[in-house]
Amino acid sequence: MLNKYPLWKTLMVLFIVAIGALYALPNKYGEDPAVQISGLRGVEVSAQTLDSVKSVLDEQNISYLSMALDEGQVLIRFSDTDQQLKARDLIDESIGDGYSVAINLTPATPDWLASIGGSPMKLGLDLSGGVSFLMEVNMSEAIAKAEKSLIDDFRANLRSEKIRYRTVKKSSVDGIDIVFRNVEDLAAAESFLSDKNRDLLFTENEETLTLNAIMTEQKLKETREYALQQNITIIRNRVNEIGVAEPLVQRQGQKHIVIELPGIQDTSKAKEILNATATIEFRMVDQDGDLSSALNGRVPASSQLLYERDGRPSLIKKRVMLTGDHIVDAGSSFDENGRSQVNISLDSAGGTKFSNATKSNIGKPMASVFIEYKPTNKKDANGNTIFEKHEEIISIATIQARLGKEFRITGSDSPAEAHNLALLLRAGALVAPIQIVEERAVGPSLGKENVELGFQAILMGFGLVFLFMLIYYRAFGLVANMALLSNLVLIVGVMSLIPGATLTLPGMAGIVLTVGMAVDANVLIFERIREELREKGKSVQQAIHQGYDSAFSTILDANITTLIAALILFAVGTGPIKGFAVTLSIGILTSMFTSIVGTRAIVNAVWGGRRLEKLPI
Amino acid sequence: MQILNLTKTVAFMKYRKFAMVLSAVLMIASIASLAVNKLNFGLDFTGGTLLEVGFEQAADLTQIRQVLDENTFDDAVVQLYGSSRDVVIRLATREDIKAEMLGNQVLDVLQAGTGQNIEMRRIEFVGASVGDELAEQGGLAMLTALICILVYVAFRFEYRFALGSVFALFHDVLLTLGLFSFLGLEFDLTVLAAILAVIGYSLNDTIVVSDRIRENFRKIRDGEPEDIIDESLTQTFSRTIITSITTLLVLAALFFQGGALIHGFATALLFGVFVGTYSSIYVASSIALALGISRDDLIPEVIEKEGADQEEMMP
Repeated sequence: MLNKYPLWKTLMVLFIVAIGALYALPNKYGEDPAVQISGLRGVEVSAQTLDSVKSVLDEQNISYLSMALDEGQVLIRFSDTDQQLKARDLIDESIGDGYSVAINLTPATPDWLASIGGSPMKLGLDLSGGVSFLMEVNMSEAIAKAEKSLIDDFRANLRSEKIRYRTVKKSSVDGIDIVFRNVEDLAAAESFLSDKNRDLLFTENEETLTLNAIMTEQKLKETREYALQQNITIIRNRVNEIGVAEPLVQRQGQKHIVIELPGIQDTSKAKEILNATATIEFRMVDQDGDLSSALNGRVPASSQLLYERDGRPSLIKKRVMLTGDHIVDAGSSFDENGRSQVNISLDSAGGTKFSNATKSNIGKPMASVFIEYKPTNKKDANGNTIFEKHEEIISIATIQARLGKEFRITGSDSPAEAHNLALLLRAGALVAPIQIVEERAVGPSLGKENVELGFQAILMGFGLVFLFMLIYYRAFGLVANMALLSNLVLIVGVMSLIPGATLTLPGMAGIVLTVGMAVDANVLIFERIREELREKGKSVQQAIHQGYDSAFSTILDANITTLIAALILFAVGTGPIKGFAVTLSIGILTSMFTSIVGTRAIVNAVWGGRRLEKLPI
Repeated sequence: MQILNLTKTVAFMKYRKFAMVLSAVLMIASIASLAVNKLNFGLDFTGGTLLEVGFEQAADLTQIRQVLDENTFDDAVVQLYGSSRDVVIRLATREDIKAEMLGNQVLDVLQAGTGQNIEMRRIEFVGASVGDELAEQGGLAMLTALICILVYVAFRFEYRFALGSVFALFHDVLLTLGLFSFLGLEFDLTVLAAILAVIGYSLNDTIVVSDRIRENFRKIRDGEPEDIIDESLTQTFSRTIITSITTLLVLAALFFQGGALIHGFATALLFGVFVGTYSSIYVASSIALALGISRDDLIPEVIEKEGADQEEMMP
């Protein structure tokens, strides 16, 4: 018999739609703005913590939906973001060090749904509110630093091998030039260094007695990769200080890092923390030089005129005692007298270096110089932004004793200043400077509005198509509409199930567009059936069968080509655009299922396998 | 219900000369507009800073401009956005202020200057190098899409159809760009996405028509290519119109309900779908015809029962 589905096939269609509906369900409950408190470095969150937080919030009349202690974390849910942010600041102030207080969006999914893996769709920043940054690693600086450390290595190596050299310096052309006194030394150095450094290319020039070393492509690639990875690690650490529970830090391409901070509104604070992309150098203050003559332009050759933030000038020696990359950790605390101080820990190499450098300088002032790279509008030949170096004294402190691996800087005016200095010092551990090159911040109210607008557009679009199809194709239109509805449910269900899928505003536009285009398959089928019915001598059942049959390959071709466009969009697009590509692709796939298999199941069940004179089409 | 009940074959191809002239004129006009007016590239491509702020009462643009002028932000472009309380401020990148801090500074200045409680709705900052990269990537995406589609259609149909449909896509994209340039509408990333969606839609339409042309060439043994194309266009015309109607309906919903952020997107698609419908009837088929499509090109080399491979895939 024509047009009869076996029972299992009908059940399968029902089953798939039901599963889709089940996993789409968590979106009905949405997400609550929440504050999450967890312990740091061995500190446990306890019932007491819970009680004290409760009393703080009650005191300030901040209402919350619920508060619970679970898996060593306190989770407080709020009804709106205003209360959430207020609460976060309050708790952060009152709870003290040792705890991390972070905001996040917690699904309000009921337990039974959550236990089968149900969760709402992830909302993009344009819908949830928050800020995203794109940061670019300054690769030419990363290479320059690698070359600088190579120069130090060469000097040490040659010295230990007792090979005499004249100079080791960065070549004016490319790489590093080592100049020797005679050909023998040149040859000895060549064989020794090239043996030791397989990732460098050495070229001898016997006329100028120069050995030139350049990094191989491989080494350059590794250096860049290392700079990017280290920056990502450091940013991950730093982002945690911003107080977002689920920050996203991800590499994008060769030199970019994407950072997404949902729920953040104070973008300037976030930027200050992220932007502290700088290095620190500990250098001695030049007490012998004459500051006033330096201000008139006569700066001693071994020193440099630098300024503090308030504009006070100092002569600082050029020689660097220690660079920031030896800093392991820096934090602020209070000394015995209750004054703020900054504690610094160094790695062991740094400790030895620093100990040697400070032993002869006890009682003399040492400056911490903060070096920042600001982007200019100029670009180099490779299209990379050129960064400008800014040096600033962030602290001048007298060396009280020979300093080792652990030391402290006292004399900060306020805890905030000490905290800031500590952050800056920690930031100084960077290998290559990085810069924010893109920022997108969306306030929570705009996000909410976007969700509403997008939702309305989907409803309205759906309603219009629903009406049109019903009027134009009558009962069959209703079938198409049922398919359309299941398609919407399936898109939402699939979006909720795929961990990487994010709903954005363009993504919602993609859903709207899919609604309009998904009926196309049914229009194609129904028009075919109408055509077949017009032909003399064809039974109704044959018309249905032929209609579905001949429309199939057309539908397939048409959808595959649209899918190609959507996939390309996904591959090259970023952020919201990717969201559009995701919903469009998912929509194409689910719509093929609902409009071909889904409608056929209904049509077969209602009209199939019987003698009919005409169809309500 | 039936909007169009075409019992007789419509001689679409009779008007193809006229359509070609029309398309040529529109395309030349688009190129001219792109050359003269250029595209009004949005922040995504030019770089710079954009702030959207919400005021408690209707915003006083003159006052805002004055406040900004007084605080050295005299290059700011201030516009209402969506409602009378929403204001968008655009600023170019500056030498003296760290670009990513510009937005926050302007916000502070406005807060102090207008004495109103201002809500930050949106800040966007795009560095110049990123803008260039995005533009490059966007262009690349468009080209890749066109080439992939060309290959697929050539593989599934025939190179004449492939050339026809890709030219139709090019036609649609060019006209949509032309419209944006002519009206000076902002061209940002969402519009680029919309144009790629137009490519998808227009192609969808073209494929449905080409598919029917191929089918009819195989089915109808006699008749000139022109007649067969007319016949095919007539048969698919009803579907073409209905799908366009449903798509335009949802796009209208997006245009009116989707909010200001999605306006450019909806505009590009509304126009693109309209042009795409026209081009699938006239541009693609006319080109295939002009390139000399004939029955011999479409008869499969291995004779197989029609739809044999589809039955397995069919439910």
